[in-house]
Amino acid sequence: MPINSDHIKEKINTQFGDGVLAWDDSSDILCVEIKSEINLKVLTYLYDEPSLAFQFLTDLTGIHYPEKTGNEIGVIYHVHNLKENTRLRIKIFVPVGKPDVYTASGLFSGANWMERETFDFFGVNFIGHPNLKRVLNVDEMDYHPLRKEFPLEDQTRIDKDDEMFGR
Amino acid sequence: MPEQANIVLPEGSLEKQTTRLNLGPTHPATHGVFQNILEMDGERIIKAESTVGYIHRAFEKLAERRPFYQITTLTDRLNYCSAPLNNMGWHMTCEKLLGVKTPKRVDYLRVIIMELSRISDHLICNSIVGVDTGAYTGFLYVMQYRELIYEIYEEVCGSRLTTNMGRIGGFERNFTNTAFEKLEKFLEEFPKVWKEFENLFMRNRIFIERTKGTGAISAERALNYSFTGPNLRAAGIDYDVRVHAPYSSYEDFDFIIPVGTTGDNYDRFMVRGEEVWQSLGIIRQAYEKVQSFKGKDAEIYHADAPEYYLPAKSDVYTKMEALIYHFKIVMGETEIPAGEVYHSIEGANGELGFYLVSDGGRSPYRLHFRRPCFIYYQAYEEIVRDTMLSDAIITLSSLNLIAGEMDA
Amino acid sequence: MARPVRFNLNPKDFSDRGINDVEMPEGHMGEGFFATSFDKVVGLARKNSIWPLPFATSCCGIEFMATMGSHYDLARFGSERVGFSPRQCDLLMVMGTIAKKMGPVVRQVYLQMAEPRWVMAVGACASSGGIFDTYSVLQGIDQVVPVDVYVPGCPPRPEAIIDGVLKIQDLIHNESLRRRHSEQYKHLLETYGIQ
Repeated sequence: MPINSDHIKEKINTQFGDGVLAWDDSSDILCVEIKSEINLKVLTYLYDEPSLAFQFLTDLTGIHYPEKTGNEIGVIYHVHNLKENTRLRIKIFVPVGKPDVYTASGLFSGANWMERETFDFFGVNFIGHPNLKRVLNVDEMDYHPLRKEFPLEDQTRIDKDDEMFGR
Repeated sequence: MPEQANIVLPEGSLEKQTTRLNLGPTHPATHGVFQNILEMDGERIIKAESTVGYIHRAFEKLAERRPFYQITTLTDRLNYCSAPLNNMGWHMTCEKLLGVKTPKRVDYLRVIIMELSRISDHLICNSIVGVDTGAYTGFLYVMQYRELIYEIYEEVCGSRLTTNMGRIGGFERNFTNTAFEKLEKFLEEFPKVWKEFENLFMRNRIFIERTKGTGAISAERALNYSFTGPNLRAAGIDYDVRVHAPYSSYEDFDFIIPVGTTGDNYDRFMVRGEEVWQSLGIIRQAYEKVQSFKGKDAEIYHADAPEYYLPAKSDVYTKMEALIYHFKIVMGETEIPAGEVYHSIEGANGELGFYLVSDGGRSPYRLHFRRPCFIYYQAYEEIVRDTMLSDAIITLSSLNLIAGEMDA
Repeated sequence: MARPVRFNLNPKDFSDRGINDVEMPEGHMGEGFFATSFDKVVGLARKNSIWPLPFATSCCGIEFMATMGSHYDLARFGSERVGFSPRQCDLLMVMGTIAKKMGPVVRQVYLQMAEPRWVMAVGACASSGGIFDTYSVLQGIDQVVPVDVYVPGCPPRPEAIIDGVLKIQDLIHNESLRRRHSEQYKHLLETYGIQ
């Protein structure tokens, strides 16, 4: 039986008060935006609280909104309660100058590489991560490619030019 | 658990106790390109360090450039052993965002294609486990029936491997009679073949001694590592997205979820083998349901969503509205709602999720693929600690690691 | 006591079935000997016993598996023994996308092969980067190793892969024995930075 969204809202609001910035139930999954400092506390609370028990981390990814100054880089967690079949989406936003986020890899071992991927693509610095290196790109790469200011194509290639390839 | 190594070197020796072995990106056992640097004490592995990214093709960045219907070709190349599954998953994600409801016949046709691709993926995985233990014949025998599945795909969409099958709202053309004849031939001939393949391995003493007890992972660790799919079901948890969050009318079908106990290589092999039988049952039920549509209903192969599904060319040349819709879709002027959606399907390796953030434009603002292979490969280091090298090789192939899905 | 011959008494006529025998090279034949030029025989022997190294990275690798399977059998053309060690193989078949991370690995494998060696780029990604014109994909393996035959397709059908192997066989058959020592070949390798 899916957990009632009001129950989730009430539990998290009472526990974290003003750490919760916004609730959003317009999309298919209930979504909460919280302050970036308390992300590990919220995840641990959701894990341990018996009536919530979100003990499966489905996904961890990042997003970049260059126009939201002060809150450019977002980290988005999808957690899942397998028994009650309920999902929850948690969003946190950090400024691009200091993208520090506490790591969830102590709680969920599966978050290890997912955080490395988010670091690789967006430059999010996960504090406390055991091995924060690039996982998918070459180690010598010096920029974070999925940020919006970087183009898709490799700018150093000489055999294909953008006019011929219609860009 | 070696408390003491076989040869103990004297103090201050320059040699190291352990050797480093590079199970490199090019290796016949790694089916796909990923690297493992193993610290070994004789035959036993002390530590494993994995490196992936040797085939990183930047799908997520590419997707921000392309309109929705062009992203289907990218999803083909995620898990290329079962490409139509990924295509259908992507179409369903778009339909969730756009609010398009597909008719029942389309759902049942999709189920047939998805289960066929699940069978083709499990065929490869199980036969490669056989090849790695030394039994090459099973692989050759079963590949013959994969060719028959490819022929069915060719009848539906024209291509064998990277299928780009279907459209948002359904399929691009109705299934021909030849496709159904080939499907009937498959349903008739394949069960005997799979029974013979299973007889080769299921109670084969050498195979059981190689795979039972090796590469085990407990259910708690598997859940903590966010395993999904046959690897999790082999550990004992019956989580299957088709049952938990049914999509494409899966609730109308009757099937069981096979579950193992210890999560070792033998359990994974058996779970996949049983899933092939269950998929065959689902295909039969879906085929009967499709055959039960008669007359006009049997001509439906797409949803009635003219804003997102390209109208027929004959209409485009004659009718005004069809012309306008065609123009809007191709030029990217359709109104796409802004918002975000997460949709997951039961891929052949686990929960394949698509997290789509749209800002109302022609292409997604952000598209993230939740790739099961990437997520469960992290656990490899923990699984092979303190096992022998040959067991580690079998574990690598029984986890069904597809490099395209791992690196995306 | 020898039995009388019972089978294969009448010579068979295969002209209507389109079965091709490998033709004899030109030469001078006599009672118990056959004289021809060296490179023709060597070319014939080499082309029908290639040992390929399948460097299968992604989707084209699965089509290669289908080509090696029994439906489209590559082994009928002599490529029965696929090896995975570059020291023992003649033909490097690169199948699939090569990312920039993988480029040095392809080069290393190529360097480990002994002369004469041939390279076949199977698929659009190995030939030119394919549909992935991105920051992380090498736009064709001819950026790092010299390539002999390109097989286009995404993925190429097994028949196309076999066609590529047949073209390699033509190259091998007609290759002069002096080619690997010629100035042109040395210059080609120098442009890749290979000694």
